[in-house]
Amino acid sequence: MNLLMVQRILGLMLLMFSLTMLPPVGVALAYGDGHSQPFLTSFLIVAAVGALLWLPVHRVRRDLRLRDGFLVVAVFWICLGIAGATPLLLSDAPVLSFTDAVFEAVSGFTTTGATVIVGLDDLPMSILYYRQQIQWLGGMGIIVLAVALLPVLGIGGMSLYKAETPGPIKDQKLTPRITQTARYLWFVYAVLTAACAVGYYIAGMDVFDSISHAFSTLSTGGFSPYDANLGHFDSAAVDAVATVFMFLAGASFTLHFSALRRQDPQTYWRDTEFQAYFWMVAVVIVGVTAYLLQQREFESLGTSLRHASLHVVSMQTSTGFQTTGFAHWPGALPTLLMMLTLVGGCAGSTTGGTKVIRWLLVLRQGLAELKRLVHPSAEIPVKLAGRAVPQRIISGVAGFFAMYFVVFAILTLLLMMFGVDQVTAWSAIATCINNTGPGLGDVTLNFRDIPDAAKWICTVAMLVGRLEIFALVLLLTPTFWRR
Amino acid sequence: MKIIILGAGQVGSTAAQQLSREQANDVTVVDTRDEVLRDLQDRLDIRTVSGNAAHPAVLEAAGGGGADMIVALTSSDEVNMIACQIAWTLFRTPTKIARIRSGDYHHRPELFGDAAIPVDLAISPEQLVTDYVERLIRYPGALQVLDFADGRARLVGMRALKGGKLVGHQLRELRTHIPNREVRVAAIYRGGQNVKPEGDTIIAEHDEVFFVAARDDMRAMMKELHTEEAPVRRVVIAGAGNIGFRLARALEDRAQVKLIERNAERARRAAETLRNTLVLVGDAADEELLLEENIDDTDVFVSLTNAEEANILSAMLAKRLGARRVMALINKPSYAELMEGGKIDIAISPQTITIGALLAHVRRGDVVRVHSLRRGAAEAMEAIVHADSRNAPVAGKRIDQIDLPEGTTIGAVVRGEQVIMAHHDTVIEADDHVILFLTDRRHVEDVGRLFQAGTRA
Repeated sequence: MNLLMVQRILGLMLLMFSLTMLPPVGVALAYGDGHSQPFLTSFLIVAAVGALLWLPVHRVRRDLRLRDGFLVVAVFWICLGIAGATPLLLSDAPVLSFTDAVFEAVSGFTTTGATVIVGLDDLPMSILYYRQQIQWLGGMGIIVLAVALLPVLGIGGMSLYKAETPGPIKDQKLTPRITQTARYLWFVYAVLTAACAVGYYIAGMDVFDSISHAFSTLSTGGFSPYDANLGHFDSAAVDAVATVFMFLAGASFTLHFSALRRQDPQTYWRDTEFQAYFWMVAVVIVGVTAYLLQQREFESLGTSLRHASLHVVSMQTSTGFQTTGFAHWPGALPTLLMMLTLVGGCAGSTTGGTKVIRWLLVLRQGLAELKRLVHPSAEIPVKLAGRAVPQRIISGVAGFFAMYFVVFAILTLLLMMFGVDQVTAWSAIATCINNTGPGLGDVTLNFRDIPDAAKWICTVAMLVGRLEIFALVLLLTPTFWRR
Repeated sequence: MKIIILGAGQVGSTAAQQLSREQANDVTVVDTRDEVLRDLQDRLDIRTVSGNAAHPAVLEAAGGGGADMIVALTSSDEVNMIACQIAWTLFRTPTKIARIRSGDYHHRPELFGDAAIPVDLAISPEQLVTDYVERLIRYPGALQVLDFADGRARLVGMRALKGGKLVGHQLRELRTHIPNREVRVAAIYRGGQNVKPEGDTIIAEHDEVFFVAARDDMRAMMKELHTEEAPVRRVVIAGAGNIGFRLARALEDRAQVKLIERNAERARRAAETLRNTLVLVGDAADEELLLEENIDDTDVFVSLTNAEEANILSAMLAKRLGARRVMALINKPSYAELMEGGKIDIAISPQTITIGALLAHVRRGDVVRVHSLRRGAAEAMEAIVHADSRNAPVAGKRIDQIDLPEGTTIGAVVRGEQVIMAHHDTVIEADDHVILFLTDRRHVEDVGRLFQAGTRA
């Protein structure tokens, strides 16, 4: 363990993060909401803490080991929650308790999009902008951004990158240099965000709303500056733009980059995970539309399709945008949509959930087991795009699911212990651990009314989910700390 | 530069490590073993591709299309050659380097060329090691001999012994001892400590002294550190493999060579080809055999078998039985550092030698080579001064005007055939080969940047 080096990087990254307090100041000045003070103060506080951490050890140069990488990522994300909550705490509109401020910040960074604030429409622009911005930073990963911008991280960059990016297979780099890979990913992310903002603008939003919503669309966050969320606009065009870009955000950004570089849309189609993702979304949309029509929830096929596709994509990609909401939909639909979010998008995307590829692998492994019952001595490798997947990765996926469900169960039970009813409890944990946002029961619209202890549990669930269980749980194991 | 390295063996992974440390290089490593690649990827900032290095699809996945150089270091000569062929045919890769072990290929230089097998440089580790050992044997007392500027200047490491004229004297007296000789002491290693060589430094017995000298001035300086040593007369080589056999053939006309080989069949084949070498069938770690063959009268004992542990043991045994200088072929760098200077005089590391030669060609431009001195005492670098070094103008400057990183000194300048020892007022000219010494390995890159040609950003 290389604690000095960990401290140095933490300090450096906090310094970098403190700079992100400045754009909201700009927004405050531009819109004259007179609300720049909390951000300026937070900027100074976070920068000072970062400098205090960094300065004493800024000369320490050692290679970052793999395990240091996990430590940096886990500790930094916890710091982010607190540092990111500072302006919300300092602000007088809204007035938030410490618990609520941290919950809101973590919900933003982890791109969950669950909120404890009611009355968003009346808040200062700068605060609203800040909520959207932290989602955007957290989406592709602020650590990946640090890797892209701070070449000092060097080799250590790889271990940081690995600990923050989602997915079971992380050894495939776009370029030999990790810095370059991280830059490309952020580049694609920024380009898609810009495209999305333009789309929203054309669909009729104003500049502020376009950018804000583009931030939370590409990061699959789901915050909106309005209490009514996307429903505020009640526009089919806005819904369409949101659906398309949420869907894109749910695909791997590595894949986006490859397609962009080759100038060949066929690239998407050659990717097994993307195919599975596409079909899954398509089939569920058709099913949900049909059921909604049959139950006469909406009048016409068009409206059914519009609301079905928005909510299905929103839940599958763990964004959590809503127009009408789906909690009151008939039959199995609310539960179905909650289950969709459990799957999530593709590995290497900004979505939460357990990722399509993991399900693909375990399902194929399950089919192989079935075959083996009939042909006990058959050699049946699990294949992906015609290539056998190493057994180690499949075991890793199996281990991931085991941990995922254990953590899920424990957190749900804890929530119920604090007096939350069953449907609210499991849907709250599902929506937090998968970084989605809306739940069922008491947390359908927001998380304001559950007890403080429950909010903390949800906060933990969001962090655990964003770092894909292992990175955080690892710190609790003796193996990690043993020398 | 975009470099593809094929084969993640010892040489391949060390080359990847050294090259990826320089920011300008993008390194991709190809190998068939997933675990090895995973380990490498965890340690280094490189890309790895798993698959057969000679398959076009694998080369393409490794970025063959845009690569500037391909370095084929797999364990198979044939795979290396085919990989170069494919890279040339499909991607027109400009530089192709391959490790070719088998001497058969090297005997036919016409095989390699754009019209035949497109390998720009065929590296033969066996030949390199043989040359290295032969050079060590030619200079009795030398612990390390490194060539600079194609051999015009050499760096020699040797232990100071009682009877050497400079031993017990200050370094500055060197000028009166051997006037008009171009010699510069680069590093002194005393009892495991690095001593900075200055005018008033006194050379003590058992110091390991590294000096750089023009080729013709080497012997004069060596006499300063040793009593004049008789040239090597009697050599015992253990192991009649590729290296042992070649070494015996290179030495047999100048010295009395005995070659010990355990395998009777191989011994017979060696005996058939060699003319003046006495080939013995037996175990090099057999005390009786060694004594029988007058090991106590042997000038040099070299063990060159495939088993490094056996090499270490037989060399230690030979030393105890009275061989004057013993060398052992040791692959693992950690073993080499452990043994060197203790029970064994010289550890020969094929890896280090191969990598040195390899990197010398990879870094054709500015920094030609970087050698580590024994036990990492210091790094010695050779860099070429370009007239067009726009962003780092070294040419035309006096040495004391050049902003060198801390702990870095310019030792010598090779200008054409002339070797000039550097003084603070020596003016560096374009096309000079500058030899530098660095006490800190981390500055290698900084120095490289100083000499970088202006054409490369």
